[in-house]
Amino acid sequence: MNPIKKFFQTIADLWSLIVGLQITGKYFCQRQVTVHYPRKEIDPEINKTYRGHIELVASPKDPTKPKCISCLMCVSACPSGCITVVKSKPPKLSPEEEQAIKDAEARGEKVKKPSAPKEPAQWKYDFSLCSLCGTCIEACAVDSIQFSNELYVVGTSRNDFKYDLLARLKSQAEKRGPVAESKPEAETKEA
Amino acid sequence: MNGIATELIRIVVGLVAVAAFVGLNGLVLVYAERKGAGHFQRRPGPFEVGPHGVIQPIADALKLIGKQLFTPENADPFLFWLAPLLSFFPVLLLFVPLPFGPVLTVWEVDLGLLLILAFAGINVLALLLAGWASNNKYGLLGAGRAVAQSVAYEIPLLLTVLAIAFQSGTLNLSTIVSQQGSWPWQWNIVTQPLAFIIYLISALGETNRAPFDLPEAESELTAGFHTEYSGMGFGMFFLAEYANMIVVSGVCTALFLGGWKGPFVDGFWWYLVKVYALLGAMIWFRWTYPRVRFDQLLNINWKWLLPLATLNLLGTAFLMKVF
Repeated sequence: MNPIKKFFQTIADLWSLIVGLQITGKYFCQRQVTVHYPRKEIDPEINKTYRGHIELVASPKDPTKPKCISCLMCVSACPSGCITVVKSKPPKLSPEEEQAIKDAEARGEKVKKPSAPKEPAQWKYDFSLCSLCGTCIEACAVDSIQFSNELYVVGTSRNDFKYDLLARLKSQAEKRGPVAESKPEAETKEA
Repeated sequence: MNGIATELIRIVVGLVAVAAFVGLNGLVLVYAERKGAGHFQRRPGPFEVGPHGVIQPIADALKLIGKQLFTPENADPFLFWLAPLLSFFPVLLLFVPLPFGPVLTVWEVDLGLLLILAFAGINVLALLLAGWASNNKYGLLGAGRAVAQSVAYEIPLLLTVLAIAFQSGTLNLSTIVSQQGSWPWQWNIVTQPLAFIIYLISALGETNRAPFDLPEAESELTAGFHTEYSGMGFGMFFLAEYANMIVVSGVCTALFLGGWKGPFVDGFWWYLVKVYALLGAMIWFRWTYPRVRFDQLLNINWKWLLPLATLNLLGTAFLMKVF
């Protein structure tokens, strides 16, 4: 490019400065997108794309109980050690039942002892340690863990971030309960 | 004797008024800058302190005043603390010849323009001292950049101002304003559009404003020459920067935009409106343009602004001689 052409090209390119000003000027006049948090909260529909701390998935039969089978795969997979799962103990037998089992064994019969239920007794989660890597979700054999879309996590002490996820699931189910019951009614009305 | 006393009183009262004006303007401009930054990015800007955050600058100022003044180890304490003072106090003098209104001038000086240009140069020295005395590599780099930049951008600034001086035949800002008319087509910007554009660009370079804010480029030099300053040490530089912005906008208004003259009713309000429009434009530029590289900065100056300003000056001189 010869120098004269280059000179005029540079002058012409100055137009891009005006274009830049137009763009920022346009943004200046547009509505703001900030949500003023303590006074307003984000639309929950948008919130669904957010990956917050982990939570338990309810079993299809009982929404207050998780799908979890206490296999402890998540506990061993977690690199931060933030999950604590306590297995349920087998149900205590009354003295008569125990006696009956002992008698049967003495007679040489094969007796089926009542086994422990699969569902966990406790499911504790320390969000202050979690790195949100999702390894527990991948490791879970029954897809009982998922990311919640809890955006507004606020606490005043470290203990506020130690969650009991079983209790959380229960309270969620209670909140959702009336909605789930009313839905079939609406469907029947339509039908 | 009586004459000298009244002049002295006028200057003292004027300087106090200027100091108050600079302080208040600092608050207003900080607020405008942060609100502008927010709105250009579709954010609200400061919002929590007071309604729409109007008290935010006062809270900031109180915080700055309350902070500890810290001198880094191995810094030269005398020069280190001289620099912010040297940066701020000469700026007050720059307001002296500015014609805010028909009679609203602290002191009408025949060589007003020369006085402004001469004392504006002290700011460079302050930045150099600040960077040098703080014994910090970022500070020193920022100071080096500040000197190279300010010295370079002063030349086209001077040349454009000279073109107006040639045209008006005076260095007195009040006289330059009174030679212009009330309506926009009677202002000097019509006869000197190129000088106006060059002046605006060099003014941005001279006041270290974005896109020419290399001396304090925060992403490269942490904070450049004022890295080591805390509390009001930093506050002084901050105030001085905003005061300098007002001065260059004020001079630009007087030279090119008809000063306090405007349609319908002349008065200081027109001056303030024009100054704040220019300041608004500077804020707009800051949040639009990316920072230039240092070689680009100097190329713009030496390869474009300086030759164009010189040609403009020669053309003006030729036309003034012929007609």
